[in-house]
Amino acid sequence: MIDAVGNPQSLLLLGGTSEIGLAIASAYASRRPLRVILAGRPSSRLDAAAASLKEQGATVSTLPFDALDFASHQEVVDKAFADGDVDVTVVAFGLLGDQEQAWQDHATGVELAQVNYTAPVSVGIALAARLREQGHGKVIALSSVAGERVRRSNFVYGSTKAGFDGFYLGLGEALASSGVQVTVVRPGFVHTKMTAGMKAAPLATTPEKVASIAVAASAAGKDLVWAPSQWRLVMSALRHVPRPIFKKLPI
Amino acid sequence: MDAESYERRTLTGWGRTAPTTALVGTPRSIDDVRAAIADAGRRGVIARGLGRSYGDPAQNAGGLVLDMTGLDRIHEVDVDSGLVTLDPGVSLDKLMREMLPHGLWVPVLPGTRQVTVGGAIACDIHGKNHHSAGSFGNHVVAMDLLTADGQVRTLTPDGPESELFWATVGGVGLTGVIVRATVRLKKVESAYFYVDSDRTANLDETLELFKNGSDAGYDYSMAWFDAIATGSNFGRAVFSRGSLATVDQLPDKLKSDPLKFDAPQLLTLPDVFPNGLANKLTFGLLGEAWFRKAPKKGRGLIQNLTAFYHPLDMFGEWNRGYGSRGFLQYQFIVPFEAEAQLRAITRRIAESGHVSFLNVLKRMGESSRAPLSFPMPGWTITVDFPIKAGLHEFCEDLDRMVLEAGGRLYLAKDSRTSAETFHRMYPRIDEWRKIRNAVDPEGVFASDQSRRLELT
Repeated sequence: MIDAVGNPQSLLLLGGTSEIGLAIASAYASRRPLRVILAGRPSSRLDAAAASLKEQGATVSTLPFDALDFASHQEVVDKAFADGDVDVTVVAFGLLGDQEQAWQDHATGVELAQVNYTAPVSVGIALAARLREQGHGKVIALSSVAGERVRRSNFVYGSTKAGFDGFYLGLGEALASSGVQVTVVRPGFVHTKMTAGMKAAPLATTPEKVASIAVAASAAGKDLVWAPSQWRLVMSALRHVPRPIFKKLPI
Repeated sequence: MDAESYERRTLTGWGRTAPTTALVGTPRSIDDVRAAIADAGRRGVIARGLGRSYGDPAQNAGGLVLDMTGLDRIHEVDVDSGLVTLDPGVSLDKLMREMLPHGLWVPVLPGTRQVTVGGAIACDIHGKNHHSAGSFGNHVVAMDLLTADGQVRTLTPDGPESELFWATVGGVGLTGVIVRATVRLKKVESAYFYVDSDRTANLDETLELFKNGSDAGYDYSMAWFDAIATGSNFGRAVFSRGSLATVDQLPDKLKSDPLKFDAPQLLTLPDVFPNGLANKLTFGLLGEAWFRKAPKKGRGLIQNLTAFYHPLDMFGEWNRGYGSRGFLQYQFIVPFEAEAQLRAITRRIAESGHVSFLNVLKRMGESSRAPLSFPMPGWTITVDFPIKAGLHEFCEDLDRMVLEAGGRLYLAKDSRTSAETFHRMYPRIDEWRKIRNAVDPEGVFASDQSRRLELT
């Protein structure tokens, strides 16, 4: 159960090696004993993530999860709930990829769309059913500012996040009467392995900072939060820039 | 009850934190309760009264919740013995209103009358007369408990199933559903209190008044204290003690109707208060006003129930004042020997930056036989904190200090402690669990609190 000051007892991380996801797990684990289920492709990185959370005092198990194997998602979610309630679920898996390759190479583009959009929908539907039965729970869905107004420089990624963002915002509304609360988090540029080697964009932040914003927003029952919060103003302005001008912006 | 009689509802406790959703049904008969227990699925069932527990004992995410206020009849009254047999959903307010004309008084009243008899037993509530009258369970002569197997067991404090009786007292609904109770009321001449009241300058003076016998001979006593002031005003309080007045003690104008139920309500708060309104400035001013309005040294005052006992009942739904984020109530008790720790905890609260207006300090009497009952000989303090950043860490600190002092928290109030801390505070929990698991081996009775604190 989640207590009066927002501490969960259990957390499912879909995308078990996501740095932001792990930072969220770590933020909760620093407050209270936490049972964590890391769902991801079996790998040494997944094991290392489990070991690191264990060191912080969490009870950790890993669960094989392949985002592209849609047929398996129901079973993965069922297994995650087999040992008791899941108080917080973090949906954190995704790909960034090479943007120019993504729109020109068929396989790359389709994979990006499936991992970043189809799979979150697939696993989200399975998750929603279990959360409704449970009558409580919080979901933290990691979206991106890139989905708010899709731009030329990363439009394949941006379009998948636009879909993701819309789905989880809507899911939050659909689940509200079931005692389930969804928080969509829109970070900007975050220093992670996903962005390693890329030039840092303005308002660049760290996984720990995003995690702390996400945890606070979830506790406060917010549907949507930007990380950092200045992004809301920036994107609010960009959203209203007329298309002919928007196209010419160096972003 | 059939499937259509349940409604999906999101529930919280009085602190309005940690909402969860359950199917809520309102039984109108014992057979309805039995049917609901038979319907309980994997997520179980729990009884709920008027929802005045601050945290999560009366909610059950994904399961069934039985709103017991549909069973609210008073069945039998024996004015000579004071014994009243009644349904579990009868509120103490109703009980008081209906019994006062017979000269009968509810022997244990918590800080509000808006609690049910079932809830009063399940939380083994206490009042300002704990040192003289004990907790609610001490006044229950018999109860009928509907258990997981569908049987109704009549339990008494010293009968063949007395262990189950005491596991149910303070057992937060996890042994079964109380479907009827017989409670012994107290005979009184009037519904007014004969009160002495003092303002103290600091915590030393406050504790001294509790220790120097100034409340000896009075049934009721408590101190409202200022939990914000530091420095020389630290721990200043309004200390009051009183007993139910005899007719002779009343002024002439009250003598004609000494048993009049005199408990006005001014207004019900609308749900419009922003978060953060409860802050050091507003609460500091309120506290100052509260302190100043009390007489410096009042002797032989005659006060009605609201003035002496239930000032907050002047305001219906006062929990809304804390805004949508809600608040928590932190009530702990430490043994008398731990007076130094009591002072340290009080100072920690005053210096924390977390502000509380409703602060009660009370001396408690003997423990009950119930393994999960809260009171024990010692000092209890109650404070309310609005939910804000840093409250978790602060309350964790308080938990540590309470544990080190050999003290504990109260299930009717707690909404945030950890299972581990709770278990260390209640060493008799295993004894309670054994009794509970024998009567409910499948775990039919469950609540958010039982999951959070791993009670069963």
